[in-house]
Formats: sequence, structure tokens, C-alpha cells
Amino acid sequence: MATNRNFRTCPSSGLLFHEPAEKLMRWNAVVGVVCLLLGGLLAIGVVLTRWQAVHWLAPDRFYQVLTAHGINMLVFWIIFFEMAVLYFASSTLLRSRLATPNLAWAGFWLMVLGALMNNLAVLRGDSSVMFTAYAPMGAHPIFYLGLILFAVGALIGCFVFLGTLVVAKAERTYEGSIPLVTFGALTACIIAVFTIASGAIILIPTFLWSVGLVPQIDSLMYKTIFWAFGHSSQQVNVAAHVAVWYAIAAIVFGAKPMSEKVSRTAFFLYILFLQLASAHHLLADPGLTSYWKIFNTSYAMYLAVLASMVHGLTVPGAIEVAQRKKGYTNGLFEWLRKAPWGNPVFSGMFISLLGFGFLGGISGVIMGVEQINLIIHNTIYVPGHFHATVVIGTTLAFMALTYFLIPVLFRRELAFPGIARWQPYVFGLGMSGVAVFLMGAGTLGVPRRHWDISFAGTAFAYEFPGAAWLMMALGSISGLVAIVGGGMYLLVTVYSVFLGRRIETPGFAHVRARDGVAPSQAPVAAAITSHGQSAGFSAPGTFVLAMVFLVAFALYYFVNWKYLSTVWPLS
Amino acid sequence: MSITPVTDRYWWKVPMDREEVIWVAIAFIWCLFMFFMMPYWHVFGKQNLAHAAVRTSAGEYMKKAEEGVAKWKVREETEQKIPVIAPPPDSDVYLVARLWSWWPILELEAGKTYKVHLMSMDWLHGFSLQPENINIMVHPGYDHAVTMTPTRKGEFAIICNEYCGVNHHTMVSRIYVK
Repeated sequence: MATNRNFRTCPSSGLLFHEPAEKLMRWNAVVGVVCLLLGGLLAIGVVLTRWQAVHWLAPDRFYQVLTAHGINMLVFWIIFFEMAVLYFASSTLLRSRLATPNLAWAGFWLMVLGALMNNLAVLRGDSSVMFTAYAPMGAHPIFYLGLILFAVGALIGCFVFLGTLVVAKAERTYEGSIPLVTFGALTACIIAVFTIASGAIILIPTFLWSVGLVPQIDSLMYKTIFWAFGHSSQQVNVAAHVAVWYAIAAIVFGAKPMSEKVSRTAFFLYILFLQLASAHHLLADPGLTSYWKIFNTSYAMYLAVLASMVHGLTVPGAIEVAQRKKGYTNGLFEWLRKAPWGNPVFSGMFISLLGFGFLGGISGVIMGVEQINLIIHNTIYVPGHFHATVVIGTTLAFMALTYFLIPVLFRRELAFPGIARWQPYVFGLGMSGVAVFLMGAGTLGVPRRHWDISFAGTAFAYEFPGAAWLMMALGSISGLVAIVGGGMYLLVTVYSVFLGRRIETPGFAHVRARDGVAPSQAPVAAAITSHGQSAGFSAPGTFVLAMVFLVAFALYYFVNWKYLSTVWPLS
Repeated sequence: MSITPVTDRYWWKVPMDREEVIWVAIAFIWCLFMFFMMPYWHVFGKQNLAHAAVRTSAGEYMKKAEEGVAKWKVREETEQKIPVIAPPPDSDVYLVARLWSWWPILELEAGKTYKVHLMSMDWLHGFSLQPENINIMVHPGYDHAVTMTPTRKGEFAIICNEYCGVNHHTMVSRIYVK
């Protein structure tokens, strides 16, 4: 079979797109956005039901909608988009043809089929088991089968990515080491392979159990292995969105990493330790020793947290260094003040960075402390935390990248630029409100996944403090703001991609590359090649921000120990 | 740039920026500190789970719970006649979680210590004690003994905070502390 070696060079960015890879990226991104649309519509039901004053849906409908919202957002939207990121980071950044596009399409269609089956199972109404689907609570067999097929499709995509790295190396499409962003995508891919293997180990027997071929699934075993899939998949997101941060810093500012060594080592720490996070979900469970819990919940002495803290410095640090080179050298923060805040590619990325670090990161570490988990486990604090990590962190980073991809990948002008400019702020602010208010309500004990915290009609109704009700209402209002922000994103992207003005380039054509070697490199924005090392601080503003982060982290950490020390002694 | 290949062949020999060195050092020390806080709290803190869990069957567990009710029942509450038991301090108290209720109701004394066993008869449940906000998972098949010392008097609620089906939100009970 002849290999398609047609490439096009993007006239605005100089990036090189392999024809089949380009098409795959477009389709994966578009289907991802469709899942985001579905999840966003479902979010309206969740938000308006947990706002007790509105309390919109009936309980069975609420649990059904919550299940579908979780799976479409957490799994389908993000992983479809990640496939596009993987193909971009391999084929486009390495200027290489994509390995086995046909297999990649097979993977894509398996993912589509799996997503449809899983959604169908939930739609039937007999699979309202939440994203976690904790056995022995059972769902319809096609619920599990859908997830399995989706995972197999994603696994194929991972291997196409790895294959493309091999092709690029063998065909010498680049010199030296792979770009940092590709290295980050490789990290995400390796964690994804581990994640999907764990998913297979637990979902296949659970599927067999649901059709009656396996007699019993142990609840503790299910939970332990499920989270090797469930939490690790979120670590795939972390690696992917950190790679996207670096990519956007390079795209917008021409920034280069402060030091390749540090950033790559940090990614490598992710590979080594992030997958221990299964333990985060088992801290309040019987049957596992504290040795196991402490070692795993801390990712082996917090070495993966260290990696995130390093990225938290080096990403803005790289931007600061690049900005200072451009002459924004006044004071500590001129580089940040003069950043292009009206460009949604940058503002989305930077809000993502701040929200992930300050809200998602700090709360994640604190609820992952073995003992502190006792006052947080399964409260609505948990959704508060992961709406900061997965939504502000991953989703907003991917949204920011989309604004870059619309002209470059889809060759369309960005429609409604005014709406696009405000979108990251509306979405970021709304979602920050969701995170903060849900964490507040969780601290007051409000449970997650709960239809009615007024306990109406029960004999022993418990009355939550008024502050908890207020927090839930504010969280829901923030949720509506975030939904508006999500709607703005969908309006801009969907309109641009399907109805936006085409960007026509005279004389533009797909060029057949010489066998094996991509066309010579087009000039890209001048890269900063070196910066003042060792002598002084090259990014003092970022360092100050990092210290502010550390102080916030430490204060909140001790506040939670203090709170824990006031509850009933347990042993 | 981060999106272009690194052509400097010896990029791992390029020295780190000063703020990177300092930040990595500070962050690493902070990480180690946080790590050692957990064992520290096991020794010096009062809120820990001992993880004393044994595998057992729903029938065996239910038998123990019923024995407790037979010995220590002080009254019944609600139309369902849910027994309230007042076990002596330091006793083994068996609390049953099932779709969608807790059984029986406990009446404890402030300042006294009890070994409260938690187990589910069916699916996963969540023991969430309010307003203390102590949250512990309840599994089927694992009898989990938690030693608790109520510190203040009052009415406390046990709510289920692990989703367990369509009536999950009605799974509420009480602990009285005298």
C-alpha cells in the first residue's frame, strides 16, 4: 500500500501538516467538542438540581444525568482532544508522516463506537452508576463494553503516536532531541498505556460479571484497580495540559524552556510516580495498611507533586524570560502586565496554570494526606478539587489551544473575536467559583453525588448549616456562569470551523515530500536561543509568584491539620 | 523553543537557572516535610484509621449486630421501629449499612471509647458523621473496626456519602451522644 506523503506548510505558523494526520486531528478535535457540548448540556441539569432552591430534576433523572455528565467530560471529551494533541505533537512538531493512518482511523471509530454505546447504556436508564461504577452496583453490559472499546481505540491512538516517533527518528525528519512538548506528550502517552491496561484489567472482568460469566467482583479489588485507571487517566490529562502550556508559551512568546534538563526531569518524575495515585481514593477504606496508603498517596514522597511544582515555575518562567528579552524589564511584573491578555490563547493558558496550581494542586495534595482525607472523603470538596484540575487545568488549556488551531489546522478565521477574547475569563471565573464554593461546602460536610441535602421525608433529617446551603447556591450560580463560558467557546469554535471564513493562501497546495524526508524547515518566529544563566535571577517575577504559592500552600495545609485535630479521636 | 527539536546535543549539561535550583530545593524539602507529617500524625495525632478489617459474610456480621441489639437495646424509634442501643464503653458495636438505611441507632457516652464496626450488606456505602465531618468508606464483605471517642454531647447524623442508587439521599441515621 502506498504511503501518503503529502504535506502542507501552514503559511501563518510555518508548521508542517501531514495530510492524513491533519484530517485525524480535525476529526478527533471535532468529536471531542461534540462530547463537550453534550457534557455541558448535562451540566445544566446537575447545577440546577444541586441548587436546593431550584432542585430541578427528579432523583433518578439526576443520577442518570450526573453519570453521563461525568463520563462525557472526564473521559470522552478529554481523550478525543488528547488524541489530536498526540498526533499534533508527533507528526506536526516532528515534521514527520503519521505512522499507519488507517490504524489510527480504526482506533478513532472504535472510540466513537465505544462512546456511543456507553452513552446509550446510560440513556436506557439502567446504568446510572456514575463514572466510578463501583461494583457490586452493576450497570448494563454495554456500559462496560462501551468503555472497553473506547479504551482499545485510545490505546491504538497511543501506539500510532509511538510509531510516529519511530518513523520520525528512522526517516530523520528532525535533528537532536524531540521537542519538550513532544516529550510531554510522550509522558502522557506512556501514562495512558498504563492507565488503559489497568482499565482493561478491571473492566473486562466486570463486563463478564455483568453478563453472568464471573460470579463475583470484590468491591475493594474493584476500587483499587479501577482507580489505577480512573485517577491515572487524570494524570494523562496533567501531562498533556502541561505540554500544552509549554506549547502555548512557545507559540505566543517564542519562549524556550528555562532549562530542558529540569523540565524533562519533571516529566520523567510523572512517568515514574503519577500512577500511584490510585491510593488517593482508598484512604478512608478498610483493608489496606497505612504503609501502603502513605507511600502511594504521596506518590513516593511527593515526587510527582515536586514535578508539578517545577512546571509551575518553569512555564511562567520561560514566558518571563522571553518577555524580558523583548524589553519588558521594568520591575518584577511588567512582563506579565504587558502580556497579551486579550489573546484567548494566552489568557486561557495562564488562567489554566493559575487555577490548576492554586485551586486544584493545593487542594489535591491536601485531600491526599492520609488522615486529612477523613474530613474530606466523598464530600463535595472532591468535585470542587477536580473541577479546578480537570476543568480549569485541562479543559481550559485545551480550549486555549483550540483558538490557535482554528486558523492553523482548520484554516478558518476565528469568528466572533470579541466573544473569544472574553471566553477564558468567563469560563475561568465561573469554574473557579465552582471549585471554591464546592470546597467550602465540602468542608462543612455536604456530600457529593447527592440529590437532596435537605433529606426531606426522612425520619432523621439532618440540617446542614446555612453557610453550606449558601455555598451550594453560589457554587451553582458559578456553574451557570461557567456553562455560559463553555457555550461561548462552543459558539466560537463550531461557527469558525463550519461556517467561518476560509483562509485562502494563493498558490497553496499540498506538497509531496521527498520520500522519507519532510520539506525543509520553514522559518518560524525567532526563537530565544539563550538567556543569562547563573549570574542573576532570569525570572524574578515568577520566583516571587512561586513563593506566594508556597505560602498559600503551607497555610492551607496547616489549617486542615488544625481542623482535623478538632474532630472525634479515631484509631 | 518548546515546540522545536533541541539541536544542542548536550542540553543536559546546560546549568540550571538559579531560581530553578532554589525552587527545586525548597519544593523538595516541602515535599519531604509533607511526607513525614503522615507518620508523625500516626504517632502523635489522635485521628487515624487503624485499618483493622477482617473479611466476613453478611450473615455472620448481621448475627453479631443482632446480638448487640438483643443485649443493649434501650428503645425503638420511628415507624420502622429501629432499635436504639446503648452499648457499654470499650465494647464492640456493630453498625449495619444496607440499601438504604443504617441499623441500629447508637447511643454513646461522651469521653468514652467504642469500637464501632462498619460493614455493608450489599453495595458500597459511605459513613459520614455530621457535623463532625468524619468520612469512612463502608464495603461489603469487610468488617472494619474503628475506635471512636465522642468528644461532645448532642445529636449527630450519619449520612451515606457514597452513591448507592436511587434512594441514596434517604440513607440517614443518628448517633446520640450523652
